[in-house]
Amino acid sequence: MKTITTTLLAAGLLAAAGLTAIAQDAPAPEAEGGESRTSEFRTFDPTEEDWETFRSSGEITHQGGEAVYNSVCAGCHMPEGEGAVGAGNYPALAENEMLASPSYPIYLILKGQKAMPPFAGILDDQQVADVVNYIRSSFGNDFVEESGEATAEDVEATRQ
Amino acid sequence: MTMTRRELLGAVGLAAGSAAMYSAMVSLGFAQASTYDGPINLSGAPEGSRVLVLGAGLAGMTAALELRSAGYEVQVLEYRAKAGGRCWTLRGGDTYTELGGATQTVDFDEGGYLNPGPWRIPYNHHAVLDYCKRLGVRLEPFIQKNHNAYLHRSDAFNGEPQRFRQIATDYRGHVAELLAKATNQGALDQEVTAEDREKLLASLREYGVLNDDNAYVSSDDTSDYRGYDREPGGGRDAEGVASDPLALSDILQSDLWRWLSDAESVHHQNTIFQPVGGMDMIAQAFEREVGDLITYNAKVTSMLQDEGVVTVLYEDAQDGGEPVEVTADWCVCTIPFSILGQMEHNLSSDKARAIDTMYYAGSVKFGLEFNRRFWEEDEHIYGGITYTDLPISLISYPSNDYLSGGKGVLLGGYVWGANAYQFNAMQPEDRVKWAVEYGSRIHPQYPEEFSSGISVSWHKVPFVLGCYGIWEDKDRDYETTVTMEPEDRIVLAGEHLSYLPAWQEGAILSALDAIQQLHQHATNG
Repeated sequence: MKTITTTLLAAGLLAAAGLTAIAQDAPAPEAEGGESRTSEFRTFDPTEEDWETFRSSGEITHQGGEAVYNSVCAGCHMPEGEGAVGAGNYPALAENEMLASPSYPIYLILKGQKAMPPFAGILDDQQVADVVNYIRSSFGNDFVEESGEATAEDVEATRQ
Repeated sequence: MTMTRRELLGAVGLAAGSAAMYSAMVSLGFAQASTYDGPINLSGAPEGSRVLVLGAGLAGMTAALELRSAGYEVQVLEYRAKAGGRCWTLRGGDTYTELGGATQTVDFDEGGYLNPGPWRIPYNHHAVLDYCKRLGVRLEPFIQKNHNAYLHRSDAFNGEPQRFRQIATDYRGHVAELLAKATNQGALDQEVTAEDREKLLASLREYGVLNDDNAYVSSDDTSDYRGYDREPGGGRDAEGVASDPLALSDILQSDLWRWLSDAESVHHQNTIFQPVGGMDMIAQAFEREVGDLITYNAKVTSMLQDEGVVTVLYEDAQDGGEPVEVTADWCVCTIPFSILGQMEHNLSSDKARAIDTMYYAGSVKFGLEFNRRFWEEDEHIYGGITYTDLPISLISYPSNDYLSGGKGVLLGGYVWGANAYQFNAMQPEDRVKWAVEYGSRIHPQYPEEFSSGISVSWHKVPFVLGCYGIWEDKDRDYETTVTMEPEDRIVLAGEHLSYLPAWQEGAILSALDAIQQLHQHATNG
């Protein structure tokens, strides 16, 4: 397969798709060892965050609560934790008293509840702890301050 | 809307570890042929007996059609402004607003469409096929297996897609040669009698296209299966040039063999169909029959059964407002458990446990329109599926309107597991951006020919909140959940209450069993 110049195609794609605001100004990040990682991208220049997206087909590789939240949880609970309402609801996380103690969200994320799938197989202990602390301290929530942080050890204990 | 069981188990295993894998295996059961054996023909409903059907998907509309025909007074409540549920097609001019508020307007030319949900009907889904026949839905062959489509892995053959035909033929040839060698070296003498040995060798020569020395080598014979380097022609200088098989080790190490038997399960074998014009032709046909019974934009919030009566509350799906109360003698509830679990109900604690512990798989599909059908014009791919390890999982080419001029729409991806969750968290334009990127690694024509694209992520679909139901413990909960107890006035139905989960056949069979139980109660009660 021919190697294609990324920039030219990105311009063509943007025009054809009517997509906006995905042009990348920042230089593409470099892999360890200095080798450019842009070679496999044909239609757009990936951002640092894009590099983590889909890096593993079976797991989420994003690190840190905010990144994990945005790459998975925000799909249903929405970017500002506002939840969503259709024929049923995705609960809002903003100012949700159920998040006061970390044990409840840890349990839900690992085991799933009602329509929510279990994420034990695609998030590790640290990712779960980080995202639990993120949702407990974001969207107007202040539960970490009030009742402490979740740790990877807490998550491991809940997994058993 | 289903992937193969093995693909799903693979994805679930990767995504969720062995416990979830086991649970998914239990939930999916083994491939079973449909138990449908003809129209149900109920009759003799008690005079004035009234049934509420919740949900106007295929399960609900099947129930409504057959119960009215049996003499019941039927009312259907549907959350959406149209019927069909997951039997759904998006075409040019349609708009779709997902949870979170993003609205996509479909810009496809006439004839192009995406079936976000179910997209194919196997030969052994007898109930769906019979309703298609009875309701006048035209069917055409769906191409599941195309030897000229590709198998692709980013880390195999330098990322170059390989034709299915070559991997399949070479894998078969090499395996046949190895087995012949093992046979001749006496390795199978314990298992195979001397008489059978000769037959085995003869069959391997036939099956693997081996030469007289039981070897799989470059020849016109093998090229007749794997393709020639230069195809035989007519006239001058027309002799074909045989091609060289790929090395066994290259094929084994490529892992491309994992997709070779994908079209061999009973749900994917020939013959397999699609409705002409889109899957929702089935929904439209049902709606022509029972549309007059349906109350649209009705969001059910409560469903209670008491002695002698079922009471349901619903509100306007968009505007909310004062709840409307409706009562009936009986109720068929096809509302997905992702939603029923959030409603007020007084079903038994056993049923409530099944409802509350069923989670819904995520899945994402893409419809990508291109300015020309380059897969046909440049690559001679007419229908069928290219498989890839890229996050889009596959590309499926339209099984209709071959060689027509103008634009064409591909299924640009069909995604499960961790990748589906990540697509779900994106806005529609970003999803399409990624699908175009990944597709371009298989078809370099993508960027230049791309016209427009849409995606449907099932966890963001307002009327179901997921793709299909997965049981926590099907052995424990299934029978009690599908059984209408003597005191029950409500019976549950839908794809989730079948051993054909995610298939329309499962939804219809579940509905037929549910209304037989209901009719039994109503007439013998």
